[in-house]
Amino acid sequence: MTETRTMDRPDRRNILDEAAQGVIGTPMDRPEGKLKVSGTATYAHEYNLPGTAFGVLVRATVPSGRLAHVNETSVADIEGILGVYSDERFLRNPAQGGANEAPVQGTDIDYFGQAVALVVAETFEAARDGATRIQLRLDADDDGVFDPASSPPEAQPDEAVDQGDLSAAMADAAHSIDVTYTTPGHNSAAMEPHCSVAEWQDGNLILRGSYQMLKYNRNEIADAIGIDPAKVRILSPYVGGGFGSKLGIAPEAVAAAIAAKALNRPVCVALTRQQVFENVMRRSESKQRVRLAADKDGKLSGLGHEAWVSNLPEESFAEPVLQATHFLYGGDSRKLDLYLHRVNRICAGSVRAPGEAIGMQILENAMDELAHEAGIDPVELRIRNIPDMHPEKDIPYTSRKMEEALRTGAEAFGWDKRPAKPATRREGEWLVGMGMATAARINMLQASEARVTLKADGTAIVETDMTDIGTGTYSILTQIAAEMLGLPSERVTTILGDTDLPPAAGSGGSWGAASSGSSVFVACEEIRERIAERLDCKPDELTLKDGQAICGNRSTPLADLLDSDICVEGRIESGKLSQKVQSATYGAHFAEVAVNAVTGETRVRRMLGVFGCGRILNEKTARSQCIGGMTWGMGIALHEDLMFDLRDGHLTNRDLAEYHVPVNLDVPQQDVIFIDERDGESSPIQAKGIGELGICGAAAAITNAIFNATGVRVRDYPATLDKIIAEMA
Amino acid sequence: MRPFEYQRCDTVTDARQAGAGGSRFIAGGTNLLDLMKLQIETPQDLADINRIGLDTIDETDEGGLRIGALVRNSDCAADARILRDYPVLARAILAGASGQLRNRATTGGNLCQRTRCSYFYDTAMPCNKREPGTGCGARGGQNRNMAVLGTSEHCIATYPGDMAVAMYALDATVEIQAADGGTRLLPVRQFHRLPGDTPERDNELDEGELITAVLLPKPVGGKHGYRKARDRASYAFALVSLASVVEVSDGKIARADLAFGSLGTRPWHDPRLEQLLVGEEPSKALFEKAADTLLAEAKGFGGNDFKIPLARRMLIATLADATGLNAAGEPA
Ligand SMILES: Cc1cc2nc3c(=O)[nH]c(=O)nc-3n(C[C@H](O)[C@H](O)[C@H](O)COP(=O)(O)OP(=O)(O)OC[C@H]3O[C@@H](n4cnc5c(N)ncnc54)[C@H](O)[C@@H]3O)c2cc1C
Ligand code: SF4
Repeated sequence: MTETRTMDRPDRRNILDEAAQGVIGTPMDRPEGKLKVSGTATYAHEYNLPGTAFGVLVRATVPSGRLAHVNETSVADIEGILGVYSDERFLRNPAQGGANEAPVQGTDIDYFGQAVALVVAETFEAARDGATRIQLRLDADDDGVFDPASSPPEAQPDEAVDQGDLSAAMADAAHSIDVTYTTPGHNSAAMEPHCSVAEWQDGNLILRGSYQMLKYNRNEIADAIGIDPAKVRILSPYVGGGFGSKLGIAPEAVAAAIAAKALNRPVCVALTRQQVFENVMRRSESKQRVRLAADKDGKLSGLGHEAWVSNLPEESFAEPVLQATHFLYGGDSRKLDLYLHRVNRICAGSVRAPGEAIGMQILENAMDELAHEAGIDPVELRIRNIPDMHPEKDIPYTSRKMEEALRTGAEAFGWDKRPAKPATRREGEWLVGMGMATAARINMLQASEARVTLKADGTAIVETDMTDIGTGTYSILTQIAAEMLGLPSERVTTILGDTDLPPAAGSGGSWGAASSGSSVFVACEEIRERIAERLDCKPDELTLKDGQAICGNRSTPLADLLDSDICVEGRIESGKLSQKVQSATYGAHFAEVAVNAVTGETRVRRMLGVFGCGRILNEKTARSQCIGGMTWGMGIALHEDLMFDLRDGHLTNRDLAEYHVPVNLDVPQQDVIFIDERDGESSPIQAKGIGELGICGAAAAITNAIFNATGVRVRDYPATLDKIIAEMA
Repeated sequence: MRPFEYQRCDTVTDARQAGAGGSRFIAGGTNLLDLMKLQIETPQDLADINRIGLDTIDETDEGGLRIGALVRNSDCAADARILRDYPVLARAILAGASGQLRNRATTGGNLCQRTRCSYFYDTAMPCNKREPGTGCGARGGQNRNMAVLGTSEHCIATYPGDMAVAMYALDATVEIQAADGGTRLLPVRQFHRLPGDTPERDNELDEGELITAVLLPKPVGGKHGYRKARDRASYAFALVSLASVVEVSDGKIARADLAFGSLGTRPWHDPRLEQLLVGEEPSKALFEKAADTLLAEAKGFGGNDFKIPLARRMLIATLADATGLNAAGEPA
């Protein structure tokens, strides 16, 4: 049976705090950690099924047109070639997160680098040779659009807000700013490149691969190749990073399934690093204009945020740049607009913290500009503008630790030592400065299911098709079950990443932990009730600890109490509450940078992130996620930049030598402080999302620090040295 | 990757014979192998020279050092004599690539590393260096990393490395064994070629020729520096780099050996700078004149225009620092 909990009202019982095992929140090591560091956790490419053939995708070398002919004889002399596949089922675009159906398919080419065929061979090397040499006849069209700004912008009405009179507010303001920034495209660059191993058994497809949201992925692949989803099983026990790029299936999955069927043997298709750049989601570049109108104390009377982003024709995803702007700061007059340009470039979709990653970045740069203009301390300016109610919907917030995070961070970082005047602190050749930004990210609860079995021997198993993309799902689900059932964590086994198990929310949008964790919690609560029944006590009088069920002065080992397994499926759903309150996570970023006065190179010296994101389920994995997010912020601030050739839209930096993510030497001292918080309006376990908050605003803290160090505002990201020396004496 | 024949050489003679037979040498493989995987290079025969010796650093009769062609970059940068007498070289090597790559990369292979132009790296793009006659994709495209000096209408790509830049400043010599067994010495400053109308030829090695060593002259003293401006703190090629050996005596500049990386199509040594600087009293005006001279013929292509002011700033700051002027260009 399935126990369902719908989030229609808050759960402030804080049961996890009252439970006695004491594992929740602790920095427990990952149960699968040893497998990972010893190379024995099996990732998609490592299955080595008997008889596996290897496929390599072939790219289109025109940005627009059709695939007219594939000359299979051009690779026939390569030893070991098994076949060349190409048909209208191939994916033109990877699937967007939660697509739940096939994304755009067909043989029309809409961007340079699009996967149009698959060469399969006995070895990976032969397949790659074939994929490089195969001759294609491509009928090119000359109607491609390569500069987003040259296509007409399509307004996104759902994002538009027109409230009060912003122009009047700007005109009347004691202090105002009106600034335009640009941000470039980004790639998630997950450590594990995308890979799918397809195998057919009795008309059923088994797909081993690297995906984030299996219940949707199953429907996507089934729809794409035209079979019943019941005939698809996906296995994804380990995923080497996703960051949105594995939310939906990518072209390699469909290609592998088609080839495996034709050859009647398993086919493994991994993307090369260059193909990861060309065939999965990019974060859209953006142009953003922010207008802020404030009174003499810095209190906002008006706020405008307009953003222009891009995507391929027929794609509805428009980077939701304004997501946090809607609720973060007050200001009665508001004008928000989002526009989408159509462009022949790699598909745009979710890349870690879609929306806030670049929206908060620019909003927080603008707030820094206003603070400077008004002569108000940047931390103080933020605090003065925390609204009582949602400024557009007039609904209350759930627990919101924004002010605490700002004050705690300022204190811990030594913000009072920041020179108020830019470009006044110099150490030898280095100009030193400090910057800060607010962090904010919406929080969502998604439907999720898990099965928990308390076995008669006093051990427990947690099963769900949820994924662990490096985030710590194995750890936290184990901890929730261990806490609720009063078991040492070693006695709980968590099994993930298999569509035969109850369908979870998947890893995306930072909702994984709170959603899948709540489903485990719901199942465990029911198990506790059943134990209480057996002991004839009320559930709230029951204590479970170290495998003992304690009621009054009676303590019974669970193994003695149970004559058979207790198996419960738990389900959580978002409910009425989500419309009545604004749930989000908050924090504050602080950064100290040194900018070289000769070369304009920026080196981050230290960063502090203070976050309020509900209950922390595992202090270690939570911290690691925040540090990872802050490091992404460094990349976004300083060097990550998808560089397209505007003549044909092809991506010129398709590898990690030229697409610069931060390396060890770039990453300085980083600290994370969590503000203690229980948000019972956001989930029954009082937890919220963590995975993306660490990025939101981090880049702005760094570029605000560059301004404090040098007096230079770079409004065209990334803040590379050329843009800094152009403005520096 | 295309199938290829692989032969392991045990002696220099083996290598010479393999070279004469048209084999391509593979040393650390950190550049060649990457290019083979992408089919930018498709040699049919590989001669592995990792076991032929030539892996020691020895003193020469002239009082300098002979660095064997197979000496790994890590070993070279850690050698006590190099650290003491040629710190510019150690610093340049350590500014390049990553620890893992430097453990594999060799002295000879490093000198021969190919450009990082992204059009060269994409076989679907026109590139005269990769496929002569197809055109130059970078010129009107993304050219942030390209050269501003020594370019031709056919190619504007840089030689991207660091180690060679220090060797240019030190006026080192490359020892080369021809396929017929003869040995020739070539000043490193003449080793790399300007692209002209044959950009496919990066350097002066003839087919089958083997680099056997790099010879450093006897220690020159002075203040050594290697400054590398780049987009991230490590593991990135230079946007502009500057190797310098500068000496002041009796208030006058006595030595100013300067070479630039990633500024020109090859490591850039401009003899006019020495002529202008040596014998003069250090001053900001003098350094500005040096920068004017260096960059007089510089030409940007849009994305790389910034290299011109960047090189200027780096040159002036390096000279000021090495000659004891303060930031304002006055004697400190
Ligand atoms: C990600 C990455 C980052 C890097 N960053 C930097 C950097 O910042 N700075 C930098 O300077 N370099 C950098 N490098 C390049 C690196 O320094 C070179 O790859 C390395 O020095 C090449 O040496 P190797 O011995 O591996 O050469 P190989 O790859 O073995 O050979 C390179 C070429 O040299 C030829 N060759 C080798 N030995 C001889 C010989 N004795 N005689 C004649 N020909 C020979 C080969 O035939 C081949 O054409 C980077 C490389 C990578 C992959
Ligand atoms: S600059 Fe040189 S290497 Fe680059 S595309 Fe042009 S010809 Fe090729």
